[in-house]
Amino acid sequence: MSLSHLFIRVNTNFNIHEIDTQNATDEQLQQLSNELGLGLNLQEMKQIQAYFKTQKRNPTDVELQILGQTWSEHCCHKTFKGKIKMGDKEINSLFKTYIAKATKELNPKWCLSVFEDNAGIISFDKDYAIAAKVETHNHPSAVEPFGGAATGVGGVIRDILGVWADPIACTNVLGFGPLDYDYTKLPSGVKHPKYVYMGVTAGIGAYGNNMGIPTVNGAIYFDESYTGNVVVYCGCIGLLPLKKFKKEAKPDHIIVVAGGKTGRDGIHGVTFASAELTEKSEEVSRPAVQIADPIEEEKVKRALIEIRDRELASAITDLGGGGMSSAVGETAERYGCGATVDLDKVPLKYSGLAPWEIYLSESQERMLITVPPENLEDVLDIFKKEDVEATAVGKLTKDRRLRLRFFDVTVAELDMELLFSSTTSTKTASWIAPEIAEPTFSVPKDLTGTLLQLLSTPNIASKESVIRTYDHEVKGNTALKPLHGEYAGPNDAAVIKPVDNCWKGIVISCGMNPAYGKIDPYWMAASAIDEAIRNNLAVGGRRIALLDNFVWGNPEKPERLGSLVKACEACYDFATAFKTPFISGKDSLYNESPLGPVTPTLLITAIGVVPDIRSVVSMDLKAPNNLIYLVGNTYPELGGSEYYKLHGYIGKSVPQVRKAEAKKNFKVITQAIDAGLIKACHDLSEGGLAVAVAEMALAGGYGAELNLKKVVGAGLKRDDFVLFSESNSRFLVEVSEQDRQAFEVLTKWKGCSLIGKVSRNPKLVINGLSGSVVVEASLEKLRESWKQTLSGGV
Amino acid sequence: MKLEEVRVCVMRVGGTNCDIETARAFKELGIQAEIRHLNELVKNRNLLDYHVLVFPGGFSYGDYVRAGVIFARRLYAKLGRELKTFVENNRPILGICNGFQVLVEEGLLPGFELFSAYPEASLAANIPQGYNCRWIYLKHESKGNCIFTRRIPQGKVLYVPVAHSEGRFLFPKEKEEQFLERLYEEDMLVFRYCDKFGNYAEGQYPTNPNGSFHDIAGICNSQGTIFGLMPHPERALYWWQQPDWTRRSSKVQYADGKLFFDGLLDYLLKKF
Repeated sequence: MSLSHLFIRVNTNFNIHEIDTQNATDEQLQQLSNELGLGLNLQEMKQIQAYFKTQKRNPTDVELQILGQTWSEHCCHKTFKGKIKMGDKEINSLFKTYIAKATKELNPKWCLSVFEDNAGIISFDKDYAIAAKVETHNHPSAVEPFGGAATGVGGVIRDILGVWADPIACTNVLGFGPLDYDYTKLPSGVKHPKYVYMGVTAGIGAYGNNMGIPTVNGAIYFDESYTGNVVVYCGCIGLLPLKKFKKEAKPDHIIVVAGGKTGRDGIHGVTFASAELTEKSEEVSRPAVQIADPIEEEKVKRALIEIRDRELASAITDLGGGGMSSAVGETAERYGCGATVDLDKVPLKYSGLAPWEIYLSESQERMLITVPPENLEDVLDIFKKEDVEATAVGKLTKDRRLRLRFFDVTVAELDMELLFSSTTSTKTASWIAPEIAEPTFSVPKDLTGTLLQLLSTPNIASKESVIRTYDHEVKGNTALKPLHGEYAGPNDAAVIKPVDNCWKGIVISCGMNPAYGKIDPYWMAASAIDEAIRNNLAVGGRRIALLDNFVWGNPEKPERLGSLVKACEACYDFATAFKTPFISGKDSLYNESPLGPVTPTLLITAIGVVPDIRSVVSMDLKAPNNLIYLVGNTYPELGGSEYYKLHGYIGKSVPQVRKAEAKKNFKVITQAIDAGLIKACHDLSEGGLAVAVAEMALAGGYGAELNLKKVVGAGLKRDDFVLFSESNSRFLVEVSEQDRQAFEVLTKWKGCSLIGKVSRNPKLVINGLSGSVVVEASLEKLRESWKQTLSGGV
Repeated sequence: MKLEEVRVCVMRVGGTNCDIETARAFKELGIQAEIRHLNELVKNRNLLDYHVLVFPGGFSYGDYVRAGVIFARRLYAKLGRELKTFVENNRPILGICNGFQVLVEEGLLPGFELFSAYPEASLAANIPQGYNCRWIYLKHESKGNCIFTRRIPQGKVLYVPVAHSEGRFLFPKEKEEQFLERLYEEDMLVFRYCDKFGNYAEGQYPTNPNGSFHDIAGICNSQGTIFGLMPHPERALYWWQQPDWTRRSSKVQYADGKLFFDGLLDYLLKKF
């Protein structure tokens, strides 16, 4: 049925329509939403219909588009803020019930601004704060890998600029389908994982390198489900002089848009992000992917930092999802103002854009600031010096109305109340544990071969070939690098020393265990938190803040939502247990493709501090005859492990997190590092003990001899389980003979044991439970296996 | 002239991104370095107020067309006269990474004719292709002509990082031998890629990280006052910037990068 009779052309010399919502049936309302790409459901469309009835007029296309954007899942997080029914439990906002609640209860003084600004802000020292943000850019990266990933980086950097912070480091965690995926099995519209992998990693590198921000931490995971739903997390850390954090916009302050020109790229990005990918995504959504120009953003950054330092502006935000619509609306709302914007003043890439396109465009490298009128000239001069276009496009107003004009014609006039009053939805959730059995197979005879195979599985193999394409030391402040020393060992976390004449450092790490989520999303989330924290602690980090980033399937489907609820429960439980507040987060839902839903994936990013970078510990073995301790109990927990995967199983025995044990382990690591007792420290994750010790040895150039009989824990009856269990909260620690006593005083409980020592002989030798040698491999062989898969052996 | 009176200009344009750490390296020497946008120098016409000019790393103007070429052309168009005087006065000019690319595109390096009208060399796309961020070893080749490295003994091996995708130093094929001979004759060859024992890379990746002709990493002009190199000494200034510092038992204050700047002091104090 045609809807054309509902569109009334307004008599102007540009393209604008009124839409006759009053005379539209329910069916037509839903159709309107689809046809205009609003992404609104019937309930929301009826709310709009009712509003304009009270206004005694029809909405314009501009107004409908603004509401579609403001109320989109991407911008107002309906799932996380709405009601959820799960069994007899009713959850009023996942966000408030779990994520924010943990932070609220912990309420640390050092959390300066959480879940409020474009980025979470925590204190660094008396003069500076750290700003941190992680975003996802999955949908755009699926359609256009290079551009999607690059603009993902650009977007999260602007979030950091959006709190007046100077971006000092980037992170990225990526998820791809298997690189050897069978071409003939790819459904139409899904790009091959290898193509996506090449494009995404190139896009991430290009943006960070061009902007001169080091990309210091990250991970790459491979999972079947990522074939149709590529996962691209982009993070950025910023440094913010506390005195310069300005939030004081007032009516009559001028709205200035600076940076790139506005075009049709990135229209409906937010509604695109809130829908499933289909065969047609390429065709329909190509315009939703923006074009990246990192040099423009670099120039914008320079100008903004000068404006900040001279204190010339009163508020700042980025133009990201939802473009000006989101930026203007949210800025006005935050400061209790209204706003008037002249859309014809916005600099365009080409003519012919309709007013709604200008207002919703997500063209990249644009920022919005508000400026007291008396500072406008200075501000524009600064932009000019940096060769950046900046334009005053409107101002904040006293009344709570949003007014948009185009060549003096009012094209939209909405109450701010309406904009930020989207209805809360109620969704149903359910979760039933999947029926997975624990596999039964006998201990393989050749465990050396198994270890070499594990080292070369894509999830464990060296990512050096990718990391080298990211500049990880521009700015000259990377004190602990992602690749350590001559053999490019995989450090657990990166350390940035951000301030000259000050030894304090920022520690950046992450944790993610999508495979565990296939068994139990609760333990998956718990494990991700544990992993992010232990990676941070392993190098000397402490006072840790967390960022949560959920990548899930369609939340309208109860079982998907159910697993999300379970993960959120774990977030609360473990954030409070470890006293690690959440400071920022983001959810990306609707990750579904013709190949099915994404494996529920929670990325936890941990931001810690280290009082003195000189005490930072790396993961490579340092000297022969040093002792090797295993801190933490080992259990036969192999569900979701790389070892089971190698044998074609998932298993049921997912690693759990035991709060009391974990806390004890965490404490001793920090105490021992502070006492200078630890020469090397590495966390145990994918591949367990055997992979961890192999990495420490191949990175240090020294061999190691371990005795599995000395490993403590429970239920340890098989060599392979002891070698490859992925039990959480564990660390391998190298201690010199002379520090033995001091270290053992600290670790006088059953969960820590001396399991071996470093040897001069460049060989890894592991004695099994029966006393005979079960693993024996030269460092060269270990290195070769570890590097050949993704890094061509170099 | 006193050291405090020396003025170093670290020149930047859109896309330059190693200016702050480069200026920091000069500050470690006790010299004031000012970061100036080309637009400011054009507006104030004050390039000749500076004693040293530095082109830091980055992606000037996006490195579109060819790395460094837009910066070089714009600089010539806007400040060509001042720049020529600067060069003729034998005031030191340093180009690091993108800065080296700018100096080559400007005709200042190798600068067989002091200020060549056309580039005489090129920094081409890496072989193997792509951006590469890694620490490498350099062997110091200069016999004393290069004023920046005069404090470094000939043959000394230094440890510094590279990070670029266009760093393959090339001469025109037909002039390769002739130009190389001139580099040696006029003591213009400053650094070559080598392994940690000082053996030349002989083109072997990753010891030679970009496939440079003759393992060339850095050269100076025949006057020794203009020096360009692909590696980043400013990222190897302090001990804690080294990728393996946690393995080193002695923690000296500075890493090898500092040596690249030290020699300049003697020249400046003598000249001005």
